[in-house]
Amino acid sequence: MKNRNMILTGILLIIAAVLPIFIDAPYQLHILILIMMWAVIGTSWNLLGGYAGQVSFGHAAFFGVGAYTAGLLVFHLGISPWWGMLLGPIVAAVVALPIGLICFRLRGPYFALAMLALGEIFRLLFINLASFTNGAKGILIMPEITSKMAYYYIGLAMLLLTVLITYLIVHSKIGYYMVSIREDQDAATSLGVPTTLYKIYALLPSAFFTGMAGAFYTNYVAFIDPHIVFNLSNISVMVILVVMLGGVATTWGPTVGAAIYIFLGEIFRTTLGPANVLIFGVLVCLIIMFLPNGIVGELNIIKRIMARKKESLPGGA
Amino acid sequence: MNYFEIKNVTKRFGGLAAVSNLSFQVEQGEIFGIIGPNGSGKTTVFNLISRFFPLTSGEIYYKGKRIDLIPAHKICEMGIGRTFQVVKPLRRMSVIDNIMAGAFLRTSSIRKARHKAEEIIDFCGLDKYTHREAKGLPIPLRKRLEIARSLATEPSLILLDETCAGLNPKESEEAIALIHRIRKTGITIIIVEHIMKVMMGISDRILAINFGSEIALGKPKEIANHPEVIKAYLGDAYA
Repeated sequence: MKNRNMILTGILLIIAAVLPIFIDAPYQLHILILIMMWAVIGTSWNLLGGYAGQVSFGHAAFFGVGAYTAGLLVFHLGISPWWGMLLGPIVAAVVALPIGLICFRLRGPYFALAMLALGEIFRLLFINLASFTNGAKGILIMPEITSKMAYYYIGLAMLLLTVLITYLIVHSKIGYYMVSIREDQDAATSLGVPTTLYKIYALLPSAFFTGMAGAFYTNYVAFIDPHIVFNLSNISVMVILVVMLGGVATTWGPTVGAAIYIFLGEIFRTTLGPANVLIFGVLVCLIIMFLPNGIVGELNIIKRIMARKKESLPGGA
Repeated sequence: MNYFEIKNVTKRFGGLAAVSNLSFQVEQGEIFGIIGPNGSGKTTVFNLISRFFPLTSGEIYYKGKRIDLIPAHKICEMGIGRTFQVVKPLRRMSVIDNIMAGAFLRTSSIRKARHKAEEIIDFCGLDKYTHREAKGLPIPLRKRLEIARSLATEPSLILLDETCAGLNPKESEEAIALIHRIRKTGITIIIVEHIMKVMMGISDRILAINFGSEIALGKPKEIANHPEVIKAYLGDAYA
């Protein structure tokens, strides 16, 4: 079973690696790049919200901080925005740390609410601190690389790194502790888990990779403003939907979710016109009602039921 | 130096003293029972020892060290494990993952934690349910899982809270057998239990409390015949 999953992952990776050679159309590549960026954000959110159970309504804060780190490097210092890919995630993690230290001592919705506030605070700050951030006018940069193919491979590398690191964290002691905190914080404490610390262990990489996706966005789109990168519904809430759709607390769930979300979003937008958001909303409701664990989450359950049925067949091979 | 000692411990919730001025000592290797009617403060004592609640006043010593001021997760690290009266399984984790979560306190290696968990699964007789999700287990198994998970942290003192409550006589017997097995490994046990038959059979000494204060302390037989205890359980007419 494990081997089969590994082989499957390997085949998909090879397909992902050679895909741009066969798809030469910029629009299709653009969609794939967006999918990978969203998969990175979703996977990061999933580590914190899915595995550690600390739901964040404000991942736009980390995304925007990463994006603006890259943007401001160009704007103020004239340094290549690619350095933002390194610095942005670090700044995002630094921003996350005090929030975690304060909110993770409490249980319940405090962290979610604090994150909701954090995203909005950053949006307003970056609009109003115009002398530093160029305010609502945003930052326009000259992209150094214009080939979509290059962005595709950078995006793919970023996604693989995020998934790999998340996978390693989840399949270690830290992962076990995170899930036990999600399942029952009192029980975790009684087993000697320092809960505040381990929630922070989930938050920092989550903020880090979301910040990286933000810096990637600046490089790729070449224009950012606070309304775009700190957007509540288009970033913070969207990432939750991506993860819910794909599968909470699964390795590839957020990637599957991002693929379906972006793909359907594009189809609805071109075919349904102004009604696309409505149909989208209905679809999300249906998925939450009938696939509460997301597509990948329910897949495992469906597989298990099938396996059990096979076992109980009398004389079955 | 006492192995474990509670000194003049008081816990108030607002105006209500759930535990008032309670003191007792536990010796290494013994099974120490705490009994008392509903609401007499038994579970609160456990919550104070494991630091789930802060003390209003008093001191708790374990192996000569004062432990009532250190955070809850450190208590477990020092070697005091606990179970919960209302079981708290890690619901969406399998039995072995639940126990591994406990085993990780003493190791960081997945392999060692899994090995330890397998040993404990055998010890507690959970081997048929290794890969079952905890939320699907019936109550007797959940209670056993609770003990198993706590044992995985390699405690030297374990606090068992109502391990036999809600079990039928046969299941109770199995639980009692498990408690005896735990004791044989050298672990000291403090047990809170409602069912008198269970307590009389396994405890070396019993502390009876009511309204958060001691009413009697001694060997099971002495406790069973103690007029204050009978009064607390059955009322004045029977004392």
